[in-house]
Amino acid sequence: MTADIGMPGLAGVPTTSTTQTKKDFTSDQEVRWCPGCGDYAVLATVQGFLPDLGLARENIVFVSGIGCSSRFPYYMNTYGMHSIHGRAPTIATGLAASRPDLSVWVITGDGDALSIGGNHLIHALRRNVNLTILLFNNRIYGLTKGQYSPTSEQGKITKSTPMGSLESPFNPVSLALGAEATFVARTIDSDRAHLTSVLSAAAAHRGTSLVEIYQNCNIFNDGAFEILKDRENRDEVLIRLEHGEPVRFGTDGQYGVRRNPTTGSLEVGAGDDPNVVVHDATADDPTQAFALSRLADPGSLARSPIGIFRQVDRPTYGDLMTEQVDRAVETKGPGDLTALLHGADTWTVG
Amino acid sequence: MTVKQVREIDRVVIRFAGDSGDGMQLTGDRFTAETASYGNDLSTLPNFPAEIRAPAGTLPGVSSFQLHFANYDILTPGDAPDVLVAMNPAALKANVPDLPKGATIIVDTAEFTPRALKKVGYDANPLEDNSLSAYKVHAVDLSGITMEALAPFGLTRKESSRSKNMFALGLISWMYGRSIDGTVKFLGEKFASKEAIRDANITALRAGWNYGETTEDFAVTYEVKPAALPAGTYRNITGNLALSYGLIAASQRSGLPLFLGSYPITPASDILHELSKHKRFGVRTFQAEDEVAAIGAALGASFGGALGVTTTSGPGVALKAETLGLAVSLELPLVLVDVQRGGPSTGLPTKTDQADLLQVLYGRNGESPVPVVAAASPSDCFDAAIEAARIAVTYRTPVVLLSDGYLANGSEPWRLPDVDALPVIEPAFATEPNRDADGNGAAPQFWPYQRDPDTLARPWAVPGTPGLEHRIGGIEKLDGPGTISYDPNNHDRMVRLRQAKVDGVDGIPDLAVDDPTGDARLLVLGWGSTFGPIGAAVRRARRAGLSVAQAHLRHLNPMPGNTGDVLRAYDRVLVPEMNLGQLRMLLRAQYLVDVVGYNKVRGLPFKAEELADVIMEEVGTL
Ligand code: SF4
Repeated sequence: MTADIGMPGLAGVPTTSTTQTKKDFTSDQEVRWCPGCGDYAVLATVQGFLPDLGLARENIVFVSGIGCSSRFPYYMNTYGMHSIHGRAPTIATGLAASRPDLSVWVITGDGDALSIGGNHLIHALRRNVNLTILLFNNRIYGLTKGQYSPTSEQGKITKSTPMGSLESPFNPVSLALGAEATFVARTIDSDRAHLTSVLSAAAAHRGTSLVEIYQNCNIFNDGAFEILKDRENRDEVLIRLEHGEPVRFGTDGQYGVRRNPTTGSLEVGAGDDPNVVVHDATADDPTQAFALSRLADPGSLARSPIGIFRQVDRPTYGDLMTEQVDRAVETKGPGDLTALLHGADTWTVG
Repeated sequence: MTVKQVREIDRVVIRFAGDSGDGMQLTGDRFTAETASYGNDLSTLPNFPAEIRAPAGTLPGVSSFQLHFANYDILTPGDAPDVLVAMNPAALKANVPDLPKGATIIVDTAEFTPRALKKVGYDANPLEDNSLSAYKVHAVDLSGITMEALAPFGLTRKESSRSKNMFALGLISWMYGRSIDGTVKFLGEKFASKEAIRDANITALRAGWNYGETTEDFAVTYEVKPAALPAGTYRNITGNLALSYGLIAASQRSGLPLFLGSYPITPASDILHELSKHKRFGVRTFQAEDEVAAIGAALGASFGGALGVTTTSGPGVALKAETLGLAVSLELPLVLVDVQRGGPSTGLPTKTDQADLLQVLYGRNGESPVPVVAAASPSDCFDAAIEAARIAVTYRTPVVLLSDGYLANGSEPWRLPDVDALPVIEPAFATEPNRDADGNGAAPQFWPYQRDPDTLARPWAVPGTPGLEHRIGGIEKLDGPGTISYDPNNHDRMVRLRQAKVDGVDGIPDLAVDDPTGDARLLVLGWGSTFGPIGAAVRRARRAGLSVAQAHLRHLNPMPGNTGDVLRAYDRVLVPEMNLGQLRMLLRAQYLVDVVGYNKVRGLPFKAEELADVIMEEVGTL
């Protein structure tokens, strides 16, 4: 049975009438992340939110690469594959493109998705395969014990960069927008309500949804996102994007993101500035979403927007592929092997 | 009109040679099609540069197509051309060294200008300086006559000179009594929307035929009677096409939808092109961003219950190695097709080689066994593809199917199989838990690594199957339950189980030995595309009165059960390979037999004569 549950991203995935709980999505495997790791919160949120979708559990697949977060599939009582470093999007692409009845999730990290697997990530986004990609960004290599990652701030002192890293970090949201992504969002491991709402929108989206999750690695990069979490001051530096709303932040909304009338670029001004922009995640043109993604300070992450940057419709790779297969069968009839082998030029002996 | 003499011959080798832009491959293809439908046995060898349009008139830019056809069954495209069609001085210069004395040469005189001659280092015009006196030279103004014939069409000089290959085809078709009707039809379809080009080509083709019939220069036509091949319906087929069809057949015979993940690479790309045309068979083709993604997507599709296939050549195999290792660990069906070419690195992209054997067997980290099947001839690519899929699906394992540039582009007549007699491949998906309730209240369970006791294959439970949700991955798994395990003894057991599963692949026929006199002391053993040249060489040696046995390995891993016995039954075993002795090394290591090698890595198949000499030499020392 498949039901229209109002989520295009899940159309075609069978649903169940049985009531499911978090327990149904919890495997019997002991979770082995370091105590206090941000991954726990994300796992709990996903296990807690999936039952609400009412999908047949057997039609959900989690595919991961390599890294701490990539152990995720083992803890989900669904189908799953823990693959190799950086390649999860490729495996998920083959699976999603050949099985439209599955809800396919990719679990990856900043090293997995943006370093060794960077090529696969951008091409998955460009093709718009129907996948939900959760990118756990902890700005460090955890599993290999603490080297800088492609999202680490320049100058970062790590085991492999005792005098500081030399590289500029990627901004995953900017990167995804540049790679023609149709759904791009950012959220934070510890903000369960926000995480749930973003994940739910990502699952509902038909196409590749990229969700960057700021995830704390308390062993090798503790406090990397503290500035955005600290209850005292976070509202001063965290920009919560809401579709259709003016982009304001600050404890009393005293700051606003406005368009500089001269340069056309986005900048932070007063909350009551008449030029404060209204966020439109559904705009065809990704320019404003990109400009919003650039507000964050690449080092400290102050003024990081969270929420859905972009959410637009574009046909998915798998749907287009299925359409071509269907059309070929419709117009030419199903394949006949004997006719195929014979081809046009045969001759007979004897 | 002069009355022409008709001379009957058994076989002939023709080579068409010209610039990469002269359409020699098309000319060869068309002549092959005419010859195939006439009923000759045939074998072809296209040979072209890696550059799409190398500088015109230069030696590196020469492209050629060789066709051997006969009134009996033949095994190779022929060692040396009896007839060379050379469209310019470069084509002449590059190919003359291959010609035996007395061969026929047809050249386009219009191209023998001082400039063109100088470009390839001819100080004097070879058509005038007697240097070709050992050959029968027909110096014909192919371009000029073609242009004259096409004058009414109002084409540019360049456009009409492009049809000179059709003129040459017409002439050769006349010489060998081949019908040009098929090519007329072919041109009609190819240029359906460009009437002027279509008519010009057909006119040039006919003009070539008529030229042969009327000119005094050509006094003889040759007749090569149809070959007495086994009864059946035949078509001509290249290795890449046969391999594509084999994959579709495997999909049909297993009921598994075919998913191809591929990244363009010479000489494998034609498989991607071909399969992308057959969506009505439910075939899904994915042109990936790179070789790694290509195999990843294929593996993902396999996880979902498709017949996952990835096609590539040597450099691509290197890139796919890690994912192939993952497939070994996941124990999912997957077929990796390696159409070998010259290496290392970029090597010789358009030339053949068989030096990837050790790479596919051992080019991965850890103990990572995969079955390997190698096609022996262009048409055998069909059966080899089905066999690779059978092993992959039955044993839940990646399988490497080896072809090479020579098989990929070479062609031969293929007796069409009865589709209903093709092997049935049984996916036998898991649908139920495989562990009973334990009586202590635990429900029945599914263990993804509980193996079939006979095949040692693990169950293939695809997403969407209720109750069998499970996780697999590249980390070592506990024998049975399939959970992560770092236990030393378990790892040792799993390594041995994976090896035992591959070693135990069943249904591999014994190595058959062809030893007609029964007293041979020399066995010539080959694998892959050397089948034809070795067979032709063995025939020559036997005609010279020697006793020689021949055998050919189609399964390189595991090898047929009787391989060791066969090797030990002969005083000497000779293994010719287009590498530096890879199979030889394996045989020595595995069977402790002092195998002798004959190795050349020239990017071209062996010549029968050269191998026959080696065989005779070996027999002589026994
Ligand atoms: S190393 Fe860091 S990211 Fe990895 S499990 Fe421990 S806390 Fe989490």
